[in-house]
Amino acid sequence: MKKGTLKQILLITDGCSNEGEDPVAMAALAREQGITVNVIGVLDQYDSEGGHGLQEVEGIAQSGGGISQIVQTRQLAQTVQMVTKQAMTQTIKGVINQQLQDILGDGETVEDLPPEKRGKVMEVVDEVGETADLNVCILVDTSASMKNKLPTVREALTDLSLSLSARMGENQFCLFLFPGKRKPVQKVIAWTPQLDSIERVFEKISSHGVTPTGPAIKEAIKSFASIAHKRAFYDGDDEAYDDGPR
Amino acid sequence: MTDPDNLCYAPGTMIVGKWHRNRYQLIRLLGSGAQGTVYLGHSGDAHPVAIKLAKDRSSLISEAHILEQFGRLQGDPLGPSLYDSDDWVTGGSTVGFCVMEYLEGTSLSEVLKKKAFDWSLVYVLQLLKQLAQLHKTGYIFGDLKPENLMLIRPGYSIRCLDFGGATKIGRSVREYTEFYDRGYWGLGSRRAEPSYDLFACAMILIYAAAGRRITRSSEPQNQLKHFIDSQGKLVPYRHFLLSALSSDYTSAEQMRKELVRAMMAVESHERHNSHAAAARYPRPRTKRKSNGWTPAWLAASMIITAYIVFVVIYVM
Ligand SMILES: Nc1ncnc2c1ncn2[C@@H]1O[C@H](COP(=O)(O)OP(=O)(O)OP(=O)(O)O)[C@@H](O)[C@H]1O
Ligand SMILES: [Mg+2]
Repeated sequence: MKKGTLKQILLITDGCSNEGEDPVAMAALAREQGITVNVIGVLDQYDSEGGHGLQEVEGIAQSGGGISQIVQTRQLAQTVQMVTKQAMTQTIKGVINQQLQDILGDGETVEDLPPEKRGKVMEVVDEVGETADLNVCILVDTSASMKNKLPTVREALTDLSLSLSARMGENQFCLFLFPGKRKPVQKVIAWTPQLDSIERVFEKISSHGVTPTGPAIKEAIKSFASIAHKRAFYDGDDEAYDDGPR
Repeated sequence: MTDPDNLCYAPGTMIVGKWHRNRYQLIRLLGSGAQGTVYLGHSGDAHPVAIKLAKDRSSLISEAHILEQFGRLQGDPLGPSLYDSDDWVTGGSTVGFCVMEYLEGTSLSEVLKKKAFDWSLVYVLQLLKQLAQLHKTGYIFGDLKPENLMLIRPGYSIRCLDFGGATKIGRSVREYTEFYDRGYWGLGSRRAEPSYDLFACAMILIYAAAGRRITRSSEPQNQLKHFIDSQGKLVPYRHFLLSALSSDYTSAEQMRKELVRAMMAVESHERHNSHAAAARYPRPRTKRKSNGWTPAWLAASMIITAYIVFVVIYVM
């Protein structure tokens, strides 16, 4: 059985970019290449919600075709895995909706089917979500204000790996920090199936004031080219549908 | 009162299904959670129903699909029966909803706060029996927690609500709550297997003894062990709990038998101990008082024992 691969960028940040390319444009570029961009805005109790930086969070996810969520630091772990899974479902549904449109026309989507048929379609969506391979490139903002949130970020990422490894499909993760020590964006973990033992990675960080979110997304896009390539879930119209076991 | 963004609608609101054209009137709010809001309603005939309005239609679709499949099974009902599933078009937006059997009773999260620990053990015993049946169908419950369990008034039996987390065995668990999740405690995977639910059962007992969700420390495994050792109520069940927490039980049936055995062993012990304690530490001042209380206490524990024996022999 042929399987599809879902590609995602997961951006974890607490504020506004101030260096390099416009992250919203870079997210659009990612989407154009079949990569979904999800963004999680982390707050602690001292941050006031609704700031300028958090508007950017939504903008990036929107143009990246993904999901954004703003959370308190302590809810991070559950949110990270939920957003990732929801985004997978959304992508798969997007592909199926596309198929439905081609067949039925008139902007028909899964939701427009009668309830009896919808259950069956959702079963297929579930099945594909469970068995598809998933590549997630994680971008963590390590600018000064993120410093005391990083231990929780680390835990949330380990937890994400735990959640996803329960799936039947295969996972690949890689991890970038921005700003990096010398470069604006630093790759700290190359593509790997499991995200454990990442404790040390966060210890060596020196925090700068700059936040090069745009360049980070650009690096992430490039990184997908370096995985031994399997076919993307998006590629080939009718093949994507064949990917799902029926 | 009416706030469509939060799925808040005033009592009296009529809900009309887009597909099946059935009409329902909302009576009052029953509760709400992460996935949606549940109202008591009626459908024209005298029968009250529970109507769940969903925030996210896809999770409701899966939940309704599962309830529908369970509805076709023989034997004791596992959850509420599903009557209808439809869309309601209101003010330009479409709200997915499902209509199910109204289960009249009290949420187990309320009950555990009020009742003695012995009752918690009885509830878990009942729950294990339900889980054994559920697991046979090839699903686990997933998001098992007192909030998702209901104590039905006649007969004090436990029923599961909210099948949004129900997952086919072998897949990754759909929905979970950190405190009841073995992954959160570093004690196993999030793959759906019967032992995933059994872990949550043990955590329900820990919750009942603590009266709250204890927060995880940096060494979660030891923390749970120490907590059990620090709670007099839990000590007699130490072995049982630790086995469930380390996923040693592979079936609900096996775990249920172990719990029955542990409960039977404890009852006689405790009475014995309390006699010994009373004899060893006579407190002259309160003697009269304690003399008055001992028989009452004894009677109470005998009644509980009798009830447990009754449940075990006749109901289970
Ligand atoms: N069939 C029913 N009969 C009576 N009460 C119900 C019924 N279904 C739900 N409720 C009440 O509504 C509350 C919320 O329902 P439910 O747990 O299904 O919502 P939810 O949004 O899935 O919550 P979460 O996912 O956060 O657990 C329940 O705690 C219960 O009190
Ligand atoms: Mg619930």
